[in-house]
Amino acid sequence: MERDPTVCVIGEDVGHYGGSYKVTKGLATKFGDLRVLDTPIAENSFTGMGIGAAMTGLRPVIEGMNMGFLLLAFNQISNNCGMLHYTSGGQFTIPVVIRGPGGVGRQLGAEHSQRLESYFQSIPGLQLVACSTPYNAKGLMKAAIRSENPVVLFEHVLLYNLKEKIPDEEYVLCLEEAEMVRPGDQITILTYSRMRYHVMQAAKTLVNKGYDPEVIDIRSLKPFDLYTIGNSIKKTHRVLIVEECMRTGGIGASLRSAIIDNFWDYLDAEIMCLSSQDVPTPYAGTLEEWTVVQPAQIVSAVEQLCKKT
Amino acid sequence: MSAFSAVKILPAQPISSRHRRLSPTALAPANRLLGFSASKPLCSSSSVVARGRQHRAVSANVVIEEKQLGSTSTVIGREEALDMYEDMALGRSFEDMCAQMYYRGKMFGFVHLYNGQEAVSTGFIRLLTARDSVVSTYRDHVHALSKGVPARAVMAELFGKTTGCCRGQGGSMHMFSREHNLIGGFAFIGEGIPVATGAAFSSKYRREVLKEEKCEDVTLSFFGDGTCNNGQFLECLNMAALWKLPIVFVVENNLWAIGMSHLRATSDPEIWKKGPAFGMPGVHVDGMDVLKVREVAREAVARARRGDGPTLVECETYRFRGHSLADPDELRRPDEKAHYVSRDPTVALKKYILEHNLATESELKVIDKKIDDVVEDAVEFADSSRLPPRSQLLENVFADPKGFGIGPDGKYRCEDPGFTQGTAQV
Repeated sequence: MERDPTVCVIGEDVGHYGGSYKVTKGLATKFGDLRVLDTPIAENSFTGMGIGAAMTGLRPVIEGMNMGFLLLAFNQISNNCGMLHYTSGGQFTIPVVIRGPGGVGRQLGAEHSQRLESYFQSIPGLQLVACSTPYNAKGLMKAAIRSENPVVLFEHVLLYNLKEKIPDEEYVLCLEEAEMVRPGDQITILTYSRMRYHVMQAAKTLVNKGYDPEVIDIRSLKPFDLYTIGNSIKKTHRVLIVEECMRTGGIGASLRSAIIDNFWDYLDAEIMCLSSQDVPTPYAGTLEEWTVVQPAQIVSAVEQLCKKT
Repeated sequence: MSAFSAVKILPAQPISSRHRRLSPTALAPANRLLGFSASKPLCSSSSVVARGRQHRAVSANVVIEEKQLGSTSTVIGREEALDMYEDMALGRSFEDMCAQMYYRGKMFGFVHLYNGQEAVSTGFIRLLTARDSVVSTYRDHVHALSKGVPARAVMAELFGKTTGCCRGQGGSMHMFSREHNLIGGFAFIGEGIPVATGAAFSSKYRREVLKEEKCEDVTLSFFGDGTCNNGQFLECLNMAALWKLPIVFVVENNLWAIGMSHLRATSDPEIWKKGPAFGMPGVHVDGMDVLKVREVAREAVARARRGDGPTLVECETYRFRGHSLADPDELRRPDEKAHYVSRDPTVALKKYILEHNLATESELKVIDKKIDDVVEDAVEFADSSRLPPRSQLLENVFADPKGFGIGPDGKYRCEDPGFTQGTAQV
């Protein structure tokens, strides 16, 4: 925001309150109420307003207080954010970032525990990115703001308390690039967002059991970084996808089909995909735990895939 | 003289007393639309004798005073009059040609024509500067023409040709022109209003944050009576008034939302009254009279430009054709149609020009001939233009094509070794 005065933040309680998860804390004091605009509770309209502002020269970052609330703005995100660049024959660009806390939290109930990636992924013209560490959150956010494309940046409610020392100097990450989390030879585990931590927990167990998994945080949910993913598959010949998204029509389903289309000949086993259950996220802690993929499931999936040759 | 000059600004006062003050007129027969109602009102006020509504200007903390804006009091010059005449003639003639071309199979899909409503487009848009923005609906051809988009580009777009204003990628309901600050035709009800509000927000932002003090750009948001029951309309009235955005909300109340009569859809059919409810002036104007529209528009646009905030203007108008060319138009009564056709805004302006000796009949004929030629030329241009080539299909999905799965060489991006390098040229 210091670098580019056209960058502004629009959303509920982003200003004086500092954001529901304090992501924009202190910004209103620093940049003023117009650049950090507290809006009325009118998701469809303030999202549309951000789009109109983007079409006329600003670079708004639109926050869904909880990403699930953006379902109320689905028309604006789909019809206007995603499609206007195309329908206008390329005349207008919509350089907005739509972001907010999403994913399954801790017993927040169904509406506040949405897995929205599946809903947004087929909107043409929309780019999807999920961050997972303080380092990549900063780098991806900057890249998203500077991109001419409308970008949906998924943050996860359970990852806000992560701490990490990040470089003092300026850095920007590539929006379309996957992150190699742990190199390995035996199996490619593709994951993103919070599930990265479940995978790494499982990886510890797996390493102790003598396995050597390669863990890739795909980060770019659309488009997929099939270059990095492909190189890994050419090495390991086995793929496990672990996601928090819905099983039906989810990111994993798309990823699996992209891998089959592009790297079928390199596969030595079927692709397994562990997704969360197709249920509204239940309130009860136990039910909620069973809804999303747990490390033990990842361990046994890897064992199963690696047994077969 | 300001259209709102009859409005008396009072010191802020408790809402209750304000309400009392408003009540004598605010509660006046609400469902009478220039003497016409398409169906029996359901409410008890149906017993009130139908009568024409008068022009009213209201603001949140003002006493309502009624004001009759007669076109006779309006002074317009010859140049202005002829500009409006030409613009309205173009709108009418262009749309008639669209109907012909549609029936000849030259254009497809849903085509919504503007016939009858020309006074609104002309009355408002011809007052704008090139920098001002217009946000329209699916009935957007004539708004585009009034804003200066060449007839050739609009017709070619309708023909689905590369020379169209959106390269054939938008179509009838999605006209855009960056050059003319036409920020779009929006096909879903209400979805353009937030975008227009955003454009107005940009103007305010430019002035106050980016310190472009000369930025006095105004945005006009056009939509119909049906939209006024949609949440986005009300949400944006609130935001625009809250932040005093330079925008004018222009309701083209043509009394029908496809087959739904405005009176059957709306608890209080007087849309202009929603302006004061949000703290902005609400104005009702005869949308069949371009001079009245222009007078109201002039004040509303000036108010926005001064930084005094938004205005809601309800233009009561009528479409002479069905909702779209696919609409059998069976519900509107013949006498209702005849009533409005007798008030044809293009005929009325012509009459006014002749009566006031602003031009002669033969001078107007020259303009008519010119417009015929422009529209003929637009058709010839569109017809002889190239259809989009296959290679155009994947262009413009992303402004930064690196975000798309297909690389510039047409190959899948994973095959490009440079795939992971750079994103938005950061």
